[in-house]
Amino acid sequence: MHKASVAELSAALKARKFSSEELVRAHLARIHAQDSELNSFITITETEALAAASQADRLIAAGEAGPLTGIPLAHKDIFCTRGVRTSCGSKMLDNFVPPYDATVVEKIANAGMVVLGKTNMDEFAMGSSNENSYYGAARNPWDTSRVPGGSSGGSAAAVAARMTPLATCTDTGGSIRQPASLCGITGLKPTYGRVSRYGMVAFASSLDQGGIMGRSAEDTAWLLSAMAGFDPKDSTSVDRPVDDYVGGLNQSIEGLTIGLPREHFGEGLDPEVGAVVEAAIRQYEKLGAKVKEIDLPNSPLSVPAYYVVAPAECSSNLSRFDGVRYGYRAKHTKNLQDLYTRSRGEAFGEEVQRRIMIGTYALSTGYYDAYYLKAQKIRRLISNDFRQAFSEVDVIMGPTSPTTAFPLGERTDDPITMYLSDIYTIGVNLAGLTGMSIPAGFAGGLPVGLQIIGNYFEEARILSVAHRYQQVTDWHTQAPPDAGSQA
Amino acid sequence: MSLSEEEVRKIAHLGGLAIRDENIPRYAQSLSSILDLVNQMEAVDTAEIQPMAHPLDAIQRLRPDEVRETDQRAEFQPLAPQVENGLYLVPKVIE
Repeated sequence: MHKASVAELSAALKARKFSSEELVRAHLARIHAQDSELNSFITITETEALAAASQADRLIAAGEAGPLTGIPLAHKDIFCTRGVRTSCGSKMLDNFVPPYDATVVEKIANAGMVVLGKTNMDEFAMGSSNENSYYGAARNPWDTSRVPGGSSGGSAAAVAARMTPLATCTDTGGSIRQPASLCGITGLKPTYGRVSRYGMVAFASSLDQGGIMGRSAEDTAWLLSAMAGFDPKDSTSVDRPVDDYVGGLNQSIEGLTIGLPREHFGEGLDPEVGAVVEAAIRQYEKLGAKVKEIDLPNSPLSVPAYYVVAPAECSSNLSRFDGVRYGYRAKHTKNLQDLYTRSRGEAFGEEVQRRIMIGTYALSTGYYDAYYLKAQKIRRLISNDFRQAFSEVDVIMGPTSPTTAFPLGERTDDPITMYLSDIYTIGVNLAGLTGMSIPAGFAGGLPVGLQIIGNYFEEARILSVAHRYQQVTDWHTQAPPDAGSQA
Repeated sequence: MSLSEEEVRKIAHLGGLAIRDENIPRYAQSLSSILDLVNQMEAVDTAEIQPMAHPLDAIQRLRPDEVRETDQRAEFQPLAPQVENGLYLVPKVIE
């Protein structure tokens, strides 16, 4: 059951080959067997999952099921779930049980899907290794001494270890694509505004976007169909029709022009990773695509600009956590100021505090023009580079991450090296484009991801481009040995 | 670019963070290295460039000014660390 595609699972449920309850129990059993080692879940919602599976089975029996009814998935612990703790990987929200559902959670529940639990993540989605979680790091199922990537590391590890066929996740600077790459799965970050941010705990509001991890582009297309769409409750949601992502999967790629940014193949790229990515691009040429070298001249400035914009927005968004209405409160406080600052000082981890301080500094009197305004201007330049590129090519490809999964602890004392893990992904967020990572092979036994960047709202196109590759390769079907069974 | 420990204390204060003295040097060092990274932005002249606030240059959507949400205090109050008679309690502000 844990190897079948979503379409196969859906057909088997409708044909009554097995029930949703049996499907859900099989995945829960895989979670119980592996997750003490992988730590990819913060909360497992077994009771709720079994109740939802029974309800799905009733709908299937009554002939009222949709394509995703009864299919299990996991939510990143950043999406508010009514009645189920939503920690965002932070001590601050360790006791927070939301009184409402995020729009994404509501849409997925309306599709009849079954939530297995809430996945591990870097605190407030700030990190590239999952090591900033209050609940400890999730592990990479391909090598448990290594990171799964971040911030959506728990979702990536859970999908890679076949504990769930699908997971929700979020991407502010690469938090879907980089862990998908490091764990050898498919991850999609939609265009900014395509998926509602309502009920998704905010980190950097002009960059945050919810998305999907799955085992294939096809499975990902199914879940995107359930998640995408206009939401009046999110003021940045875009009101435009949702494409037929599943129906569009078999678009031809004959004559497709692929842009290869020189800046993504230069210094800093692990040569073995580069070789895997180049082989994937040759595969596309065999399939009838054309390749063209392009320039994204301002891309070296994407990491510097991001580390102004994201912390600035984070310092503003996280000012709501004050220990008064919800969340952690420090004990024995002397006065109101002491309550605010000690609650925040005790409950936020080091990376979150670092980013609040950088953001506070960048927005403070006398520094705003030099930092925030400058970064927003550079953001325009980066966005213009992509516009120019998309006037010449249909999609852009390159490595998702400069390296494969790195050892736990290797970069925790060096924030700059950690930040550079996202050097190829951050530009997509600054411009607001859509991007994917798909498995393209292995280097030193560890997965390598191919990044596919699409123009605004071209999710259907990049999904079909990814799907074409997955029809002629089997990297996406390769799974790590089950955790707990390794010698 | 190097931030002094005094500057870090000031930023922490502005950011509403109580930071232990022993952690100040560590933050001074890492924040300084992040600012060095950020200062690479100075390499490009942006005098004529319009700042970008939204990826799609969207403008704020407005809706009719009418009441849509009902009072949900009964649902929100149990989340708070300390409440009494429907109020959120904090340490005394005025002596």
